[in-house]
Amino acid sequence: MTTTSEKPAENGVNVEALLNARDALGETPEAGKFMWRATNEWLHGTHSRSSVTGYFGLGEEHPHKSTFGFESDHPLVFAAEDNAATPVEIVLVGLASCLTAGVAAVAQNRDIQLRSVKATVEGDMDIQGILGADPDVRNGFSGIRVKYDIDADATPDEIEALVAQSQKRSAVFDILTNPTNVTVVVG
Amino acid sequence: MRTTTVVVGAGHAGLAVSHYLTASSIDHVLIERGEVANSWRTERWESLRLLTPNWQARVPGFAYDGDDPDGFMDMTEVVTFIERYARLVAPSLQPHTTVESVRRNGTGYQVVTDRGVWHATTVVLATGGCNIPKVPPFAADLPGFVTSFTPMQYTKPSALPDGGVLVVGASASGVQIAEEVHGSGRPVTLAVGEHVRMPRTYRGKDILWWMDQTGLHDERYDEIDDIGRARRVPAPQLVGKPERTTLDLNALTDQGVRLVGRLVGIADGKALFSGSLRNKCTLADLKLGRLLDTIDEWVGSNGLDGQVGPVQRFAPTRVEESPPLVLDLAKGGIGTVIWATGFEPDHSWLHVPVLDRKGRLCHDGGVVSGSPGLYRIGLNFLRRRKSSFIHGTGDDACDLVGHLAARVGARPPDRPG
Repeated sequence: MTTTSEKPAENGVNVEALLNARDALGETPEAGKFMWRATNEWLHGTHSRSSVTGYFGLGEEHPHKSTFGFESDHPLVFAAEDNAATPVEIVLVGLASCLTAGVAAVAQNRDIQLRSVKATVEGDMDIQGILGADPDVRNGFSGIRVKYDIDADATPDEIEALVAQSQKRSAVFDILTNPTNVTVVVG
Repeated sequence: MRTTTVVVGAGHAGLAVSHYLTASSIDHVLIERGEVANSWRTERWESLRLLTPNWQARVPGFAYDGDDPDGFMDMTEVVTFIERYARLVAPSLQPHTTVESVRRNGTGYQVVTDRGVWHATTVVLATGGCNIPKVPPFAADLPGFVTSFTPMQYTKPSALPDGGVLVVGASASGVQIAEEVHGSGRPVTLAVGEHVRMPRTYRGKDILWWMDQTGLHDERYDEIDDIGRARRVPAPQLVGKPERTTLDLNALTDQGVRLVGRLVGIADGKALFSGSLRNKCTLADLKLGRLLDTIDEWVGSNGLDGQVGPVQRFAPTRVEESPPLVLDLAKGGIGTVIWATGFEPDHSWLHVPVLDRKGRLCHDGGVVSGSPGLYRIGLNFLRRRKSSFIHGTGDDACDLVGHLAARVGARPPDRPG
């Protein structure tokens, strides 16, 4: 047998800090309560701009290193201006980003060296739902598929297990697969 | 009344503890709310059989001696087995006595029962790990026309209303009840969350034989990466049938049971299911594959490849293209929900500050933390992976009585074999 690598995997994820945080939360579960926020402002038509500036967690407010902006619009076939990605595409972006972060973290924890991780996400939607054309058609995705192409120092089963475990611990996977109460008010 | 040790509960675990206490000449009494093997008599559905084969029914000083080692005991046989063990152990037994509270009293404990108060230096809680069925809070949102049962309330399919049944949970209880109820002509929808898939037999041997042989059952609680997680692993999808059949989700699908995702809520008479069914099944398939790999490696490294059956791999769990996320209970003809959503131990009568913020007992392999002289036996993965099995009780009882003996100045029991 040839030895391909003796040195520990390095994917750039600080797993020790994450595991320490999990232990610390066992003592002070209150610190685990986070609140993520975004603001959104209408620009014109279906075009809007969102900003993310900071969040609450570990008992206090935290600013991001800078303010992050996101624009969204609807496409030309909706008779819109297509100035930016649609909101549902941003949801797909969120899912892929979350799962990929999870793959990297789990790989680090399992001492698996990643060389490349690429995901393709597809979401199916019947717009009869959002157009109100058919009450039996839901508004949201009828299904989402994610395909991962991963090159790593691991067996196919180990790579399959990385992707499965990443789904198990993913916030966005949970958000998309489980019903959540959403409250919308007018200020 | 005064004794060195009060053992609460006279099931197989309490009796195994009594066996070792006697071996160490430690004065003790067993307090039992009913009769020996009370839970097996009163809290099990009619058709239930052990999911461990008869040859695995062994407790300190006693083992199955019948003529069907590969069979599975029904509840009458389990009660008889434990009664025979009780006659052998012959403990000082206080039946039909309910413990109302356990409190610290100086360096010992005061055990208040409905038939008097005991003072003891040490107390062993052998009250079982499955006292209270866990039912999610949203069960209260079920519409009035739906009757719900826990596995403890469920007796047999004919005691259910006619019509469709939603079984919530696909661990041992859930898959067994789903199969039996569906077979009675009441169409079953099975809500599947995290589960452990196991074939009944592998390479010609019972899967639990492999768990024993490979040492998996003997893995210790202090050698496991995440013992909290290991203790929460649900019971495997096994059933003890004379035909030794496998009861995984594919078997249930073949019989016509419909699989849906984990039940996450009830709203406006509709059950809402998670869209994570495929992920839960993939996780279980992958975990099964790792278990079979472990077994195959063990067979290879022990040179047994020609002596057991050939390597097998099982088809991935089949999940329909788009499992339903919403089920209108009225339109779907669901009149019954069975909550096979797990059990938890009842420590509500334990007035000693040894419970964490979720009411779970804090212990180190059954030695209760922060309250010397208090012990617990019979919880999932208490000291070993096999702790919750009948044959897993003996080693735990020997360890804990050894610890207890040192505390009261007695000689620890000899470890068998």
